[in-house]
Amino acid sequence: MSFYELGGSDIGMSAPGYPGFGSSVGHGVGSAPQGGVAAPLQAGPGQTYPTTYPAAGYYSNPPQSYPTMSNPCAPASSKAPVMNSQYHPSYYHNSHPHTAHSNAVPGHANYGGALVQAPPLQPYSTAAPPTSAAVHANQHSQPFQQHPGYLGAYYGPYTASQGPSHYPVVSYPSAAGGGQYNMQPSSQASLQQVSRGNGTLPASTSTTAPSSYGALPAGPSVAVNGQVNTVSLPALQRYDQNRPASAHPYTGVQSDAGGPASDRPPSLPPSTSVHSSPSHRQGVDSSSSGSSASPVPNNYDSLEGGSYPVPPATDSSKAAPPFGFGYPNLQPAYQQSPASRNDSTPSYSGFNPPGYQQFSQPFPTMSQLSAALGGIGGVSELEVEGLRPVNLLQERNILPPGPVPPPEPNLSTDLRKVNCSSDTFRCTLTNIPQTQALLNKAKLPLGLLLHPFRDLTQLPVITSNTIVRCRTCRTYINPFVSFLDQKRWKCNLCYRVNDVPDEFMYNPVTRSYGEPHKRPEVQNSTVEFIASSDYMLRPPQPAVYLFVLDVSHNAVETGYLNIFCQSLLENLDKLPGDTRTRVGFVTFDSTIHFYNLQDGLSQPQMLVVSDIDDVFIPTPDSLMVNLKESKELVKDLLNTLPAMFTHTRETHSALGPALQAAYKLMSPTGGRVSVFQTQLPTLGAGLLQSREDPNQRSSTKGVQHLGPATDFYKKLALDCSGQQIAVDLFLLSSQYSDLASLACMSKYSAGSIYYYPAFHRIHNLPLLGKFQKDLQRYLTRKIGFEAVMRIRCTKGLSIHTFHGNFFVRSTDLLSLANVNPDSGFAVQMSIDESLADTSLACFQAALLYTSSKGKRRIRVHTLCLPVVSQLSDVFAGADIQAITCLLANMAIDRAISSSLSDARDALVNAVVDSLTAYRNGVSGLQPAGLTAPAALRLFPLYVLALLKQKALRTGTSTRLDDRVFAMCEFKSQPLRHIMRMVHPDLFRVDNFSEQGALHLNNCVVPQPQLLQLTAEKLTREGAFLMDCGSVLYLWVGKSCSELFIRDVLGCPNHTSIPQNMTQIPDLDNPYSERMRTFLNWLQESRPFWPVLYVVKDDASAKISFFQHLVEDRTESAFSYYEFLLHIQQQMSK
Amino acid sequence: MAFTFAAFCYMLALLLTAALIFFAIWHIIAFDELKTDYKNPIDQCNTLNPLVLPEYLIHVFFCVMFLCATEWLTLGLNMPLLAYHVWRYMSRPVMSGPGLYDPTTIMNADILAYCQKEGWCKLAFYLLSFFYYLYGMIYVLVSS
Repeated sequence: MSFYELGGSDIGMSAPGYPGFGSSVGHGVGSAPQGGVAAPLQAGPGQTYPTTYPAAGYYSNPPQSYPTMSNPCAPASSKAPVMNSQYHPSYYHNSHPHTAHSNAVPGHANYGGALVQAPPLQPYSTAAPPTSAAVHANQHSQPFQQHPGYLGAYYGPYTASQGPSHYPVVSYPSAAGGGQYNMQPSSQASLQQVSRGNGTLPASTSTTAPSSYGALPAGPSVAVNGQVNTVSLPALQRYDQNRPASAHPYTGVQSDAGGPASDRPPSLPPSTSVHSSPSHRQGVDSSSSGSSASPVPNNYDSLEGGSYPVPPATDSSKAAPPFGFGYPNLQPAYQQSPASRNDSTPSYSGFNPPGYQQFSQPFPTMSQLSAALGGIGGVSELEVEGLRPVNLLQERNILPPGPVPPPEPNLSTDLRKVNCSSDTFRCTLTNIPQTQALLNKAKLPLGLLLHPFRDLTQLPVITSNTIVRCRTCRTYINPFVSFLDQKRWKCNLCYRVNDVPDEFMYNPVTRSYGEPHKRPEVQNSTVEFIASSDYMLRPPQPAVYLFVLDVSHNAVETGYLNIFCQSLLENLDKLPGDTRTRVGFVTFDSTIHFYNLQDGLSQPQMLVVSDIDDVFIPTPDSLMVNLKESKELVKDLLNTLPAMFTHTRETHSALGPALQAAYKLMSPTGGRVSVFQTQLPTLGAGLLQSREDPNQRSSTKGVQHLGPATDFYKKLALDCSGQQIAVDLFLLSSQYSDLASLACMSKYSAGSIYYYPAFHRIHNLPLLGKFQKDLQRYLTRKIGFEAVMRIRCTKGLSIHTFHGNFFVRSTDLLSLANVNPDSGFAVQMSIDESLADTSLACFQAALLYTSSKGKRRIRVHTLCLPVVSQLSDVFAGADIQAITCLLANMAIDRAISSSLSDARDALVNAVVDSLTAYRNGVSGLQPAGLTAPAALRLFPLYVLALLKQKALRTGTSTRLDDRVFAMCEFKSQPLRHIMRMVHPDLFRVDNFSEQGALHLNNCVVPQPQLLQLTAEKLTREGAFLMDCGSVLYLWVGKSCSELFIRDVLGCPNHTSIPQNMTQIPDLDNPYSERMRTFLNWLQESRPFWPVLYVVKDDASAKISFFQHLVEDRTESAFSYYEFLLHIQQQMSK
Repeated sequence: MAFTFAAFCYMLALLLTAALIFFAIWHIIAFDELKTDYKNPIDQCNTLNPLVLPEYLIHVFFCVMFLCATEWLTLGLNMPLLAYHVWRYMSRPVMSGPGLYDPTTIMNADILAYCQKEGWCKLAFYLLSFFYYLYGMIYVLVSS
């Protein structure tokens, strides 16, 4: 296996610098918008800012130039200026080409957000008028003149944030939790920090400041994420605030060097300054040319902070001491009464040996640590249960009575309580094998199933100035880190010991100090941070939606346009966004039509571009319009659009050029393009030919043309992805439309794909209903823009392959132009190094996105799992549903790259191999039957079900587009949805019993038993409900009780049930009520309303119902029992 | 001792192989950069793809020269690589431009590992053949 090849990517990526990224052609956001603040902040020089800045205020004289200012804090002062002059001007200059821009765009700064969050409590939100901010900027422009970038980057946001403070708090489902956690004190702090640093804020403001610890985080607010240590200086002052504010020194201007002195304990400020930038700089200077030489890492890697330009190991000892510095004295420091400022000045030269000592204490050994982590409990019952041998050939009813529960990892109860929800984050093996050899022995795939942007009802949102992250691997602090003492925490991924920043000592929930382990970040494995401008490459983009609509004859025939316009009209106000939201429309047949919706026009103006070989945008400004300003025009257009093309005779479709136009329209901002297509594109770039041979639909040999015919759509998607544009495809075609090629436009731009075969407004009512409901959900669901997701894992593990819709930017980073709550991802992992040193393996997925309200947010999920060394434990912890989903993804890759029969063979082999491994490695005996550990008892069933899916089946007539769509769904849907597709739930619903019923909100939800998917379980006397995720079938037997038919379906008898019944009538009787509560309960677990088909025993629709009965034999596939025999036969070979 | 066509072929092959060695080194570095996250896959594929055909053509070119010079052994030694190149180019992903590497799949660990291994193997092959051509050239010069 080539797993090992990927070695050490986790470590490797933390190597210094990112040369060359900035030059990306299609990928970078373009040099201009990329000049974010983030990049410089992450690299060494950026850090100088926070410290030197206060330093400027406190120690040095204003006219001094920047390099000199940093001198006091840099012991190696000779070097620092060099660095500065060399680096900074160009650095910041280059990377902030649009500082003005960032100023101009309101509210993009987090500080702004933070401030606004609690206006009533904030003295500043009222007391700090825009003018004061302006003053800061002015004042500073003087001493800092040679760093124009700074001003824009740092002050800009503040200035901006105070003006447009009317931004509402982003209210997500989590709002309640968020409110609770939003740390108002810290947000004040950020402002205080500003004012302090600037030294211009009137004293009166400070007086109003609440004298709480909450304010302490001030320092790091500007500090680089992770540059934790910068904290102490401002923080200390904060502690001192209990004292009367009149004593506050900050009233002075910068030149008031003596000002803050009285407030501060001796020796501290210098130590702070020392540690932060210069230390780093030394490192850079002395050892690594890499990070200093690397060009501006203005890309998303650096944004999310994938890796941190770490000074090489040799250097770390040098750089390390300062990290320890602040803390040892910190404690005394704020207990101390303020000393005079003069004392402090010289003291930086002799920084505190105690700090050194403390730091240089030997780390606890690994074993000690593992013990400290205390992850593993004893052998749990679950474990034993998971290993119980099951003889598959004899066990008739292997399904559990209810939904299959995800296995619980064998962790101590504390850890289990805080572990990530299995709906969000699942691992195929809940016991991680120690080595790759052990994993290979188990023959089970190791991987993760992720649903990172899931709609959550409760999510702690943290507004904090410092997002605490490991300095080496950039892991976010999470419940599974260990606190060595009050001041230090140990990263659970790379085992680096980090400092706990002061701000973190304050707990906003309990409003108490000194309990870092009780912070929400450490109490919840799923948290959301409001990110600072460090996490932006450009001001957060507005929500931009472009709709590209097919209006050829074929499209008009299907009648989708009416429904779309209607649906959009209804949901226009619910489109996620804020006042900046922009929309646009493009229609196309053989030409491309744009719509000028500029505010002020009396009616929408249609502009036709017929030159499809060289598409241009007729009026660049007025095609994407502000939804709020042009709402009337948009409504007008939506009302008239369906009628405009009713008599069209144009049959051609120039999809490719239309997409190029969409790309040009959207590239300045990024956003979402929704494409509605009803036929094969026949004109211009990206035209496609029909590749399907209908005679081959049921061939057992192999299926051709699963891959794209042209790379036009892929290239377009990559370009789009680079400009933060996602393309969502709605394909409503009754004929072959080469979805395999078209899907590429969504696959690589992180879009979603919807397919409605044989869509027609009259002939296919159920599908019409589905389209409406999907649209409703699609238009109103949450959306995240310009997102990246990085998955980090414990040292020793590495990512092998990703599955889903995205573009893989680097070994652990996904670029997602848009992220939506309905998409899932799968990741294959490999074990590079032995995990013998540790007892816990952790995975962290961090999704950085811009919310529709223009806030930059980071959602972090952390999963923790035990590491085991025994093969039996690996089997005991297998999560069969996750394994099935991951295998499905792998099989689809195989089908596309190799052949379908290969993929099918690989699936069967996966079962055979793992069961053989179990037989040989664990059970020890050679039983006659086919035994599997209880954890894997559903494995053969699920694999058989996979083999009978549209995506992978052979022998049964399957249209190529259907097959390709099924493949796309497997790759992009979350686990739950895939499992319902693969193995639907079947219930008998005509005889609900009270037994085991759920009592929710005063209504009783019956919990009928899960039935096996075989016709054997169906009886003519019953009615059965099959839940396939997006479709529900209600099968009504021929001799089903009249009572049921009358009370639930509202029909007198079986024969009078209409053919196309898709709804259960609202009847007022207990029978119907119970049925409806049950359906509602099923519905609640998914984000959209599924389509319900009522299937009569004799109806033609029953074919689609019966094809889901996967345990039964079909003409071309095994029954479940036959499949077991086949496996047994393979195993004995 | 005479300067024959065969000797000329060997000399030419010697020079061209030196060029190919640089191609191989470039290839290895490029994939290493990808693996260590230094480069964006799109950029990297854009720089690598134009180099694929020239490399293959250079190799084909001196194979043809050896054919003309009726150096059967040398030609035979080069045949496997020639066949591999043809196979590799036939089985490339759907692309409109020349080249082999697709930025959407290149980050897949298997493909990355394969490409890296390919680079090292080719480097070894070119180095060995470089010395073989040197020997061949001298041999031809001396013997004729």
